[in-house]
Amino acid sequence: MQPKQQKLAKKVFQHVFLSLFTLIMLYPLLWMVGSSFKESSEVFVNAHQLFPDEWRFSNYAEGWKGFAGITFTTFYKNTFIIVTIATVGSILSSTIIAYGFARINFRFKKLWFAIMMMTMMLPFEMIMIPQYIMFNAFGWVDTYLPLIVPTFFGIPFFIFLILQFMRTIPKELDQAARIDGCNTITIFTRIIVPLVVPAMMTSAIFSFYWRWDDFMAPLLYLQTPTKYPVSLALKLFSDPEAVTNWGAMFAMTTLSLLPIMIIFFIFQRYIVDGISTSGLKG
Amino acid sequence: MSQPLGNAHSSSPPNKKKILFKKSKTKNDYDNGMGYLFISPFIIGTILLTLFPILYSFYLSFTEFNLVGSPSWIGLSNYAHAFTMDPKFWDAMEVTFLYAGTGVPIRLVFALLIALALNKVIEAAGIYRTLLYLPSIVGGSIGVAIMWRQLFGNDGAINSLLTMLGLPTHSWLGDPATAIWTLVVLYGWQFGSSMLIFLAGLRNIPKTFYEASSVDGANAIQQFFKITIPMLTPVILFNTIMQTIHGFMAFTPSFIITQGGPINSTLLYILYMYRNAFEFFNMGYATALAWIMLVLIAIFTALIFKSSEYWVHYEDS
Repeated sequence: MQPKQQKLAKKVFQHVFLSLFTLIMLYPLLWMVGSSFKESSEVFVNAHQLFPDEWRFSNYAEGWKGFAGITFTTFYKNTFIIVTIATVGSILSSTIIAYGFARINFRFKKLWFAIMMMTMMLPFEMIMIPQYIMFNAFGWVDTYLPLIVPTFFGIPFFIFLILQFMRTIPKELDQAARIDGCNTITIFTRIIVPLVVPAMMTSAIFSFYWRWDDFMAPLLYLQTPTKYPVSLALKLFSDPEAVTNWGAMFAMTTLSLLPIMIIFFIFQRYIVDGISTSGLKG
Repeated sequence: MSQPLGNAHSSSPPNKKKILFKKSKTKNDYDNGMGYLFISPFIIGTILLTLFPILYSFYLSFTEFNLVGSPSWIGLSNYAHAFTMDPKFWDAMEVTFLYAGTGVPIRLVFALLIALALNKVIEAAGIYRTLLYLPSIVGGSIGVAIMWRQLFGNDGAINSLLTMLGLPTHSWLGDPATAIWTLVVLYGWQFGSSMLIFLAGLRNIPKTFYEASSVDGANAIQQFFKITIPMLTPVILFNTIMQTIHGFMAFTPSFIITQGGPINSTLLYILYMYRNAFEFFNMGYATALAWIMLVLIAIFTALIFKSSEYWVHYEDS
């Protein structure tokens, strides 16, 4: 074989292998979407089939009715409230804190920075019990406060991400601004913030999808079903003992993943950059 | 170099400031007021939401506390109970080590192999990368856990596929021997973010290394073991630590898919801790379980770091 042909053969092999592998990896997700259009009885007959014999879009309307008279409109509204406030809180506080670490020198800065890196490694599960006892004592159980308030004190991962970005901005800009009459605060609001918007965007996207997926905190703190976010509602909605309409269950499951996927496909540049450069979580 | 508490900033006379400036440039541009103002949310948050809870949970781990009433001191009883009298504790330990011990390597090996494959492909690499990252993006959600339960259920797609191929079906979630493996597969399936980190690591290896070694007559296999792998070791180290911690903390899959069963064969540690705290209201015992895990994570991280001296290659050394 000619070297050129050999190269081509190798390429074809690579693509066949990769696309086959990708297809196998995506099969569970495609299967879920397919099942969401199947009739309930069809879900279990030839269960592996990706495409339903008859497309039933009504599964979505039926699933949306939810349970106990509460529709998914309520659950989605709750999720949007929690996600929006928590994301705004995380990004605001994390940007402010990052500026303190990136641009101002103060006593014990290294120590505080080390503490921040350590809290980034500390899993939430390790402090959730004492936190619960504390918030319970505050009377915060069955409110959104335990899900929202902590985000206003900075998220170490976002602080780190934004901080790394700030370090790439030349210090000469700050000096020039100072000569023009800016002080530490106005340099932050007028010079730095507009320049770190990409890092803030990356953080906001991560925040969106972590909060959207968050299950543990709502499970611990929320008791009234009308306050449930989608994640918690879905758990009850899909309870194997209670489900009769399997098509509708798949429909609501698919729908719950849709916002994350949309955000991912629109903003994937930011996510990939965020993971590749700082390489944490995800 | 000692630094006086009242730092020389705006309040000092200008001439004194100038002298200080010459003496030590770095100390003079200290602005403690502004610095602490900007990081104050972090300090308050850390003290109230991390430091206090963690110390409080350390205290609680020596008490009996059911959320009503007040904690009563019982010394080391919680720890003694876990290690000597609680078979479920050992079940949970075993399950969690099996889960993390197999899930993490599977995830990392997959991530590395696919990253290597994608690094070679030039056309359409972005599309593969996006699609293969998708399971990672949705993988932690409740929706995927529910889907997984149906996928491996008795009437699920896996059994249906086996029937189609003429193979015997199996009660994947009902058999204690196989239930944990459905969770391990779910963990391994989400290799996307590790894959991205490996890809970034591969792109950072200077091309000149390969060119120079080719001139010296090295073949592709030699290059892989002598250049690619050593250059990637810092990234592998980082991934191993983060994924190990992450693996120990798994909760949702067993909570949703198998509820810890059958016969505790999927009782992940955090699920057992959760049950003690929020179903049996043994807050004291649950915090003791948390501390045991925290110490374990610390030991593991330290061991991985310690071992890194022998296998991690840093370019500047």
